[in-house]
Amino acid sequence: MSQGSLSDTYAGHNHEGDESFVLRLYVAGASPNSIRAISNIREICEKHLEGNYKLQIIDVHQDKALASREQLLALPMLIKSSPYPEKKMIGDMSDTAKVLHSLGIIDPV
Amino acid sequence: MSYNSDNSVIQKLPKAPTGIDGLDQITHGGFPKGRPTLICGEAGSGKTLMAIEFLVHGAQKFNEPGVFVAFEEKSEELAQNVASLGFDLKQLEVDKLIKIDHVHVERSEIEETGEYNLDGLFIRLGYAIDSIGAKRVVLDTIESLFFGLNNLAVLRAELRRLFHWLKEKGVTAVITGEKGEASLTRQGLEEYVSDCVILLDHRISNKVSTRILRIVKYRGTVHGTNEYPFLIDEEGISVLPVTSLKLNNEVSEKRISSGIPTLDKMLGGEGFYESSSILVSGTAGTGKTSIAGNFVNQSCKDGMRCVYFAFEESPQQIIRNMRSIGINLQGYVDSGLLHFSAARPTLYGLELHLLSMTKFIEKVKPEVVVLDPITNLITVGSTSEVKSLLTRLIDYLQSKGITVMFTALALKDNKSEQSDEGVSSLVDAWLLVRDIEANGERNRGLYIMKSRGMKHSNQVREFVISDQGLKLVDVFLGPEGVLTGSAREEQQLLEKTGMALRDHAVSRKDREIERKRLVLESKIATLKEEFESIQEELNRTYIEEELKKSIIQENRHELTQKRDTQ
Repeated sequence: MSQGSLSDTYAGHNHEGDESFVLRLYVAGASPNSIRAISNIREICEKHLEGNYKLQIIDVHQDKALASREQLLALPMLIKSSPYPEKKMIGDMSDTAKVLHSLGIIDPV
Repeated sequence: MSYNSDNSVIQKLPKAPTGIDGLDQITHGGFPKGRPTLICGEAGSGKTLMAIEFLVHGAQKFNEPGVFVAFEEKSEELAQNVASLGFDLKQLEVDKLIKIDHVHVERSEIEETGEYNLDGLFIRLGYAIDSIGAKRVVLDTIESLFFGLNNLAVLRAELRRLFHWLKEKGVTAVITGEKGEASLTRQGLEEYVSDCVILLDHRISNKVSTRILRIVKYRGTVHGTNEYPFLIDEEGISVLPVTSLKLNNEVSEKRISSGIPTLDKMLGGEGFYESSSILVSGTAGTGKTSIAGNFVNQSCKDGMRCVYFAFEESPQQIIRNMRSIGINLQGYVDSGLLHFSAARPTLYGLELHLLSMTKFIEKVKPEVVVLDPITNLITVGSTSEVKSLLTRLIDYLQSKGITVMFTALALKDNKSEQSDEGVSSLVDAWLLVRDIEANGERNRGLYIMKSRGMKHSNQVREFVISDQGLKLVDVFLGPEGVLTGSAREEQQLLEKTGMALRDHAVSRKDREIERKRLVLESKIATLKEEFESIQEELNRTYIEEELKKSIIQENRHELTQKRDTQ
């Protein structure tokens, strides 16, 4: 598996007044799931949280001890640590409605 | 069971020893090395404990570090739970022999938003294995994943991949699983783990619970197929493999004293055979325990280690009671020759009794074992079960060269005098103590019903228990048959009086004869005197006659001369 190319941080511009979103996406190397998840979450962020988010993509293969520390099990996993409450999502983020709901952006359909 | 397969040329399945007493025996070496093993059972059946023991023994005894992935308990809880068994998980973690990873699974926290897999778990496990060079892995209980994640298709595929990956890694894995209603595990884990499946269970009969282990399958090797009872105590799990019923034990010609010289005499003069089994049966209060106590006392005196399993009385009670017949067992307890193990039969099931007994015997390594009484065991099992237990126990003890004495209570209305356990056919020697009731008192009679391989007395002996100990007395045969107790003593007294009278009579006659002899002798003396005086008289007359004769002759001569000269 290719490693090292995925960890990155994307930050949009801050909208005034709004609490910014802090997201961490854990992936396992450049697997199809990882790649899909990365592109899906980027798309969602760009579309719905433009300028108001901080997305960190972490390849667990780079720091294996992290998996135990962060209680990682199923991957890819997205953790929204801000705004409160913390939310965890697993999967390739293809279910956009569910992602948006979990992020607290829209109400359940 | 074994057909000398140890010498076979074909490469056998390598095994990873569990280090658990007995389990390695019935699996012929342990779990399959480098393959996953499933341990399934109900809640509280000892799955986690068995897995932990596998791991800890591996780390401590077999130089195989291990990873414990806990899906249910936190590592602190786990460490506490096994601390009572003397396992210091914390220290083992520090020494890098064991690594515990707690995997937290909770459904409510996680939202599923598409395709995923369990790469996180793989990475964690891989990292844990590599960080300590683990050879063993425990997943306890991986089924928890099913409660945390919804996508069953993904889970099943991932589990299959996980077991495959574990095999590739070459680690010996133990997976625990909760027993399902229709299948071995709720989630059908047995589908994925097809190499070795062990089922733990507990069975309750007569309100007594017995833990049972069964090897459901074990690919590529022979294994015991029975249900094996197992015990969890302060030393962890021990499985009882005592089921072999081979009849090829070594026999001994050596004899061992019963502690009662007269009984030894009845048994061909030397006592029981070494490593034989002896049954002492009798009705209540006939002194079975006293015979056993005496036997133990003698064995200890001869420097043999003894174990006394008491099912009725406490050790203190037995020691006190034995003291009353002049036997001091306390001394041997203090010197470490005699070991007591007292337990109510209802403490646990029959199989566990056998297990705890063999465990104790393994620990003490005695030469003589006493079970007093086996009758009480029937309260926790049926006759056939007790018989099977005793058969296996005798088998086991004989293979170890241990002499065993059982006592058994026989019921009065039991016409055949068989002990209730029906074990009389199993034992080598059978002593029966029976009440003999006559003249308003109860006495004990001892018979040797059988004693294999030696000449033995066919007679009843009266069995007397006194302050000085046990004694067998010859029974008196009187005009009314066998006499015992005071009737015997009366007869003995009578004979003694007769003897004294006879003695007296004899001495009187002797004196009379002596007197007669004296009278006779004095008479002889008188007669002699008389004879002598008569003889003297006769002599005198004779001499006088001679004198007279010579004087006459002289006179005549003188006269003739005178006439001639004239």
